[in-house]
Amino acid sequence: MNFSEVFKLSSLLCKFSPDGKYLASCVQYRLVVRDASTLQICQLYACLDQIQHIEWSADSLFILCALYKRGLVQVWSLEQPEWHCKIDEGSAGLVASCWSPDGRHILNTTEFHLRITVWSLCTKSVSYIKYPKACQQGITFTRDGRYLALAERRDCKDYVSILVCSDWQLLRHFDTDTQDLAGIEWAPNGCVLAAWDSCLEYKILLYSLDGRLLSTFCAYEWSLGIKSVAWSPSSQFLAVGSYDGKVRILNHVTWKMITEFGHPATINNPKIVVYKEAEKSPPLVLGRLAFPPPRAAAGPLSSTESEYEVASVPVSLQTLKPAADRANPRIGIGALAFSPDNCFLATRSDSVPTAVWIWDIQKLRLLAVLEQLSAVRCFQWDPRQARLAICTGGGKVYLWSPAGCVSVQVPGEGDFQVLSVCWHLSGDSLALLSKDHFCLCFLETEQGVGTAFGQRGDHM
Amino acid sequence: MGDWMTVTDPGLSSESKYISQYTSETKMSPSSLYSQQVLCSSIPLSKNVHSFFSAFCTEENIEQSISYLDQELTTFGFPSLYEESKGKETKRGLNIVAVLNCMNELLVLQRKNLLAQENVETQNLKLGSDMDHLQNCYAKLKEQLETSRREMIGLQERDRQLQCKNRNLHQLLKNEKDEVQKLQNIIASRATQYNHDMKRKEREYNKLKERLHQLVMNKKDKKIAMEVLNYVGRADGKRGSWRTGKTEARNEDEMYKILLNDYEYRQKQILMENAELKKVLQQMKKEMISLLSPQKQKPRERADDSTGTVISDIEEDAGELSRESTWDLSCETVREQLTNSIRKQWRILKSHVEKLDNQVSKVHLEGFNDEDVISRQDHEQETEKLELEIQQCKEMIKTQQQLLQQQLATACDDDTASLLRDCYLLEEKERLKEEWSLFKEQKKNFEKERRSFTEAAIRLGLERKAFEEERASWLKQQFLNMTTFDHQNSENVKLFSAFSGSSDWDNPTVHSRPRQKKPHGAPSGSPVCTSKLTKSLPASPSTSDFCQTRSCVSEYSSISVLNTTPEESKPNQVGRECTNQKWSVASRPDSQEGCCSGCSSTHADAHIEKDDLP
Repeated sequence: MNFSEVFKLSSLLCKFSPDGKYLASCVQYRLVVRDASTLQICQLYACLDQIQHIEWSADSLFILCALYKRGLVQVWSLEQPEWHCKIDEGSAGLVASCWSPDGRHILNTTEFHLRITVWSLCTKSVSYIKYPKACQQGITFTRDGRYLALAERRDCKDYVSILVCSDWQLLRHFDTDTQDLAGIEWAPNGCVLAAWDSCLEYKILLYSLDGRLLSTFCAYEWSLGIKSVAWSPSSQFLAVGSYDGKVRILNHVTWKMITEFGHPATINNPKIVVYKEAEKSPPLVLGRLAFPPPRAAAGPLSSTESEYEVASVPVSLQTLKPAADRANPRIGIGALAFSPDNCFLATRSDSVPTAVWIWDIQKLRLLAVLEQLSAVRCFQWDPRQARLAICTGGGKVYLWSPAGCVSVQVPGEGDFQVLSVCWHLSGDSLALLSKDHFCLCFLETEQGVGTAFGQRGDHM
Repeated sequence: MGDWMTVTDPGLSSESKYISQYTSETKMSPSSLYSQQVLCSSIPLSKNVHSFFSAFCTEENIEQSISYLDQELTTFGFPSLYEESKGKETKRGLNIVAVLNCMNELLVLQRKNLLAQENVETQNLKLGSDMDHLQNCYAKLKEQLETSRREMIGLQERDRQLQCKNRNLHQLLKNEKDEVQKLQNIIASRATQYNHDMKRKEREYNKLKERLHQLVMNKKDKKIAMEVLNYVGRADGKRGSWRTGKTEARNEDEMYKILLNDYEYRQKQILMENAELKKVLQQMKKEMISLLSPQKQKPRERADDSTGTVISDIEEDAGELSRESTWDLSCETVREQLTNSIRKQWRILKSHVEKLDNQVSKVHLEGFNDEDVISRQDHEQETEKLELEIQQCKEMIKTQQQLLQQQLATACDDDTASLLRDCYLLEEKERLKEEWSLFKEQKKNFEKERRSFTEAAIRLGLERKAFEEERASWLKQQFLNMTTFDHQNSENVKLFSAFSGSSDWDNPTVHSRPRQKKPHGAPSGSPVCTSKLTKSLPASPSTSDFCQTRSCVSEYSSISVLNTTPEESKPNQVGRECTNQKWSVASRPDSQEGCCSGCSSTHADAHIEKDDLP
């Protein structure tokens, strides 16, 4: 595992281009585009103000930089550095901006969700979509980029509009039987749309592309409901995480529940591997203390090392006692993600913030639990294989694969607190983002190592 | 008390009758009056007589006494004491004989009376004790009654209390239920209220939004604009098309196409799965037929007509199977036929296996009770005993040897002493040798015996095994003979179940399928995608990928002049083999430092560029 040098970054804005060739990162008002493998700067753009959001177009030719404070979007072309585009939403304000899948249209959501403006880069046309709903996840495109589903709110009722992305024509418009629609998400095959109600009610509805209601599912009543939803990459399963600390998996044939994964705080089954991150004070071996001390040893390695230990069952995990009198209690399944091969599901229960549960989807049972020393910030699957990267806001990045677990200290001067991770398309490298720095971690294939050597040789 | 009175009354009355009788008698006889005076002091006449005269009869009143006695006796029915008078005026003479007779009679009477009295007394006593006993009994029973009554009252009280409690609990439950209902109502009402308010607010909000929208739009905001250097072409190279009804129709078409494609894909998958399952079913059926039919041969010869139906069915099926591939037609009749025949055969197989199981367990049970086992145990015990003896002997020999050596070691340098000891030792040695040889012989004998015993045990074991085999084969034979009838039975049962439509036959088949699938699936050479799940979920990624990257790390780090040695990376590779063992490659500082330094040199140019940045 190699680490690149540390680069500056602001607002955790660092993204690989969809084709994997480039890496865009932001430093204040500057947008830096680097070659993803060599990290040499390819382009450098300066925006008018602090960048708050960036997004690559699907064809990796353009980058959108949103400056919400100014109500501005600036678009840059990678091929033609001199090309520029500036979209000003004016007094309407701007709260969200995204590309349409064709990479030629930009969808801007104005303040108070007054409307969504669709700007075309090909023609001078502007179109508006009224009544978008202000919710968790109100816009979703199908994987193939043909259709856009949009949550709407009119006359105190929820609606979903399905639009054709090629000409922004309305294809279907239907009301959903929800109190307060919280989110919508297309299945990866683009034929089924999942819509779920706000946390006050456990309700998930499944609609076909043509607007037919396929099924509804409600696990329980009265208490807080759905917190997170994820489709499996094969569209076969829909995992629904809820406030009762359970993940329910629905199947795509009957849309009934196949199984229910509870997240108990104690693990008794000896078949489940519990990896426990344990602090390890660096061993003081006198013989190895060289004088003068090697450069790195003098550096930041003062932070305690840690390693994974396989804990013997029964293991009881650290649980947070949720404050019942506060809104948005720290309970329930806050995050869940399927591995790209459909074989595993990683979940995090917010009441056990230090643990990541990994479930075997083929056997429908718990496979492993990773207990970290601090709360898990985020986790992301390698897009190519069953490999999970986890960060906890500390100086380490953790990797899990069915073969085992590793924790890797990020080298470098000063504390590098990994707040977020971002995989490269190929799964060869991983961007580690801290508050104002980022670095790349190369999980080299042989070729990658070779190029790195070549580089090194050239410059020595 | 009244009860008791009535019970004892007859006795008392009879007693008093006796007494009264007695007293009336005593009036007649002054001689017996003495003894009876105490008892019957109430007789006024005799009392008077007694008080006035010391004796009843004196010299002066003989005549009167006699006449009195005569009178008395006659009144009691005795013959007169006087002779029969011939004339009225003549004084009658005393008849001595009559007097004597009377006296005798009186004496006899007296004796009788005494006897009776005695009897009565004893009876009285008896009755008294009886009464005492009864009284005791009564008291005891009364006590018992009292205690049981008390107990009863206690129990009743407890019952009452419990009932009370129960009632209270019921009340509480009801209250709770009411409370729950109330709370639910409250929640519901609050929810509706909340929704209502929300709606109101939302409406207001919408109004505001509308207004804001108008304001924003009406202002002719100059700022709302897009500045583009030049418009770019579409990604697909096409030009934007006008919105017409045609495009709408095209969109619809496309949508349905997508949906159709999805359904077709799914149908294809389901078909494939079905085909797979059918294959498995067919395979299963084939194997079942092959498994069951040879067993049928024998019974068939014996009881042809009785089992004919089943066998003919099977053969029919077999023929059908070999005939063609009707299986590909997923026509309903064929499907039904297939499932039915499989079910039938499965039932047969199941009953067969169950019976075999039963027999095996029976055999086991019997086997444990068999004599040969016990004898074998005996043998084992015996051999154990012998072994123990051998052990003891060995130990004895050892201690003797030790003693000998000690003696040898502590041999003093004194010549005479040594000499003495020598001779003594020689003697001792001789003896020991003798003993030694004896022991050896014994040991040999023991060994021999042991060997013979073990041999015997082995022989017995073999014999037993043979016997069991024989028995098993016999049982099997018998069972096979039996099964022919059982088949008939099962046939009947099955028919019955078919009529009654009970589902309990279906369940075993369902449950058994996975069990059956595996062994049959393997030889069929098609474990590829028996189910959709396994098919569309690729096999879990081989761990080697991960290992590879790991090994790359070690490789790289070792090349790039780092402290990591192959030994260091090796344990990791070994550890990776078994995930359950502890494996943590957590942050090896030395390798990372190396990486870091390597990287920093690698990206020296990047560094420069970075410096350009503020």
